[in-house]
Amino acid sequence: MKKDIIIKTTDLVAKYGDNIVLDGISVEMYKGEVTVILGTSGCGKTTLLKNILRMYQPFSGKVEIFGEEVLNLDDDQFNEILKRTGMLFQNGALLNSITVYDNVAIPLEQHTNLTREIIDRIIKTKLHLVNLDHAVYLTPSELSGGMKKRAALARALALEPEILFCDEPSAGLDPVTSADLDKLIINLKNQLNMSMVIVTHELASIHRIADRIIYLHKGKLLFAGTLDQAKKSGIPQVEEFFEIGSF
Amino acid sequence: MSKLSIKDQTLNISGKIVIANITVLLKDFDHKFGKEKISKLNLKDVEEIDGAGVSFIETILDRNKLTSESLENGNPTIMKTIEIFKTIKGESAVKPVPDNIFVKTGDNFLSFIKQIVDGLYLASDTIWWSITGIVNKKGRRKGSVTEQAIAIGLDALPIVALLSFVIGFILTLQSGFQLQKFGANVYIADLLSISIVREMGPLITAIIIAGRSGSAIASEIATMKVTEEIDALKMMALNPIKYVIVPKFHAITLTMPILVAFSILISMGAGLLISVGFLDVALEVYISRSINILAVKDIIITLIKTITFSWLIVIIGAYYGMKVTGGAEGVGKATTSSVVTSIFAVILADAAFSLIYL
Repeated sequence: MKKDIIIKTTDLVAKYGDNIVLDGISVEMYKGEVTVILGTSGCGKTTLLKNILRMYQPFSGKVEIFGEEVLNLDDDQFNEILKRTGMLFQNGALLNSITVYDNVAIPLEQHTNLTREIIDRIIKTKLHLVNLDHAVYLTPSELSGGMKKRAALARALALEPEILFCDEPSAGLDPVTSADLDKLIINLKNQLNMSMVIVTHELASIHRIADRIIYLHKGKLLFAGTLDQAKKSGIPQVEEFFEIGSF
Repeated sequence: MSKLSIKDQTLNISGKIVIANITVLLKDFDHKFGKEKISKLNLKDVEEIDGAGVSFIETILDRNKLTSESLENGNPTIMKTIEIFKTIKGESAVKPVPDNIFVKTGDNFLSFIKQIVDGLYLASDTIWWSITGIVNKKGRRKGSVTEQAIAIGLDALPIVALLSFVIGFILTLQSGFQLQKFGANVYIADLLSISIVREMGPLITAIIIAGRSGSAIASEIATMKVTEEIDALKMMALNPIKYVIVPKFHAITLTMPILVAFSILISMGAGLLISVGFLDVALEVYISRSINILAVKDIIITLIKTITFSWLIVIIGAYYGMKVTGGAEGVGKATTSSVVTSIFAVILADAAFSLIYL
């Protein structure tokens, strides 16, 4: 069965000053799949994510999301694409001056014409989904690191995104919370056919959730394929990555 | 397209129940069936549902006081999505009720008292460690006093000079031409000398330093606090007051009097330009009158005042920095509060000095 391509990059090059961070990355990500971007620290994983989402302007190359070439779009057109996606930042990136409830309310209030009654229910549903029922009216400064991340996930899910981007979702979480998060990711994928692009190091988590692996090494694409293919890829760095985890 | 219809108290829902169309669906429902009694929801023809769709279903259930048992005929995928996204009643946190005015006033008063007590503790600690720190230099980084003296003193010189010049200029213009009306031009030197040495010099410098260096002290310490640097110092068995605040305290105590002296000279210089240039006061007369009018007492009071102001600035900055809570937002708040409080404290202290030494 041919899968729908949801994100595609072609010869993507990104630089910090003269330093090439991504060197001609061409990858495809598919609808309804969990794509995990892997690699050692500093190999350009987060940079790839941020270049796809235009947070950084790529030096050259093409990025397509939902079949549209995003680098040519104006801000309004790109915002329409962003409304169909959600992003979970590494440290949550919640607005600190307002409560968790109001944080999740932002996209719903700004981008939909839903009534207060429904918005209120959606917010509570999303926070229930991430087990934060007790923290609805707390401010982010009153939350622990893991709680912040879960609240941020609720915010990212507020508009029922078709693609969810996560930058190290399980970093700093305990194994139980991390497993719960993985379960949620699998549920979202199965039930809503949501596509996910996840940057992570956590091997246990990768084994649970990954459909497809993109392995970067020093800014170059070393491997792209399914998890099983990755384990038997014959590429030393990729195999080493999975072997170290099975010590 | 999604549709609603009702038959035998059963609400039939069909099509896609997703975030894009639930507003229309809910309006449709209110309009057509708002008053009808519903005892069952038939989901047989629902093609797709998302989290917001589940919220819609729950809203209808809630309004009719039904439970999820009243949902029927949904296919397994739909029912599983509902199961995942459903909220559980009674577990949600209760929205906090804001306190009434009496509770708030009482709280504010108590926290004000606590602030003063905490501030005094910090002040006493700082002054103690600063005095012992003159001889015992252990527990702080080498060269930190010089570093701070440059940051607080030398770097502030241009702005202090500029503002002092402008203030001297304005003061002379405003008062000089009034004196001229009575032919009392020559007294401009006395007037400037007294007002600038006793009042304007220390006050203007203190306000600039409170805004510039006080805010820098507060934000630096607050950032150190939120990034756990202060805790790290404690865990290395170092006293954060000795390591972080004392060098600033020494630096500001040394540099503020110099800055004030500098500010007085520049303001007097600006006065001299106007007086000699436009008010027909002879240069020698201006210089001799402005020096003769001053008593040693004036200089000593100015010095005491200056040092008091500098201590207020550094202690208030350090206090707000140390008591910061929350992340980056807390740092901003601490900085703002420190500037406002230290300017307020400086002016209040100035008023007190004026009362004591009339």
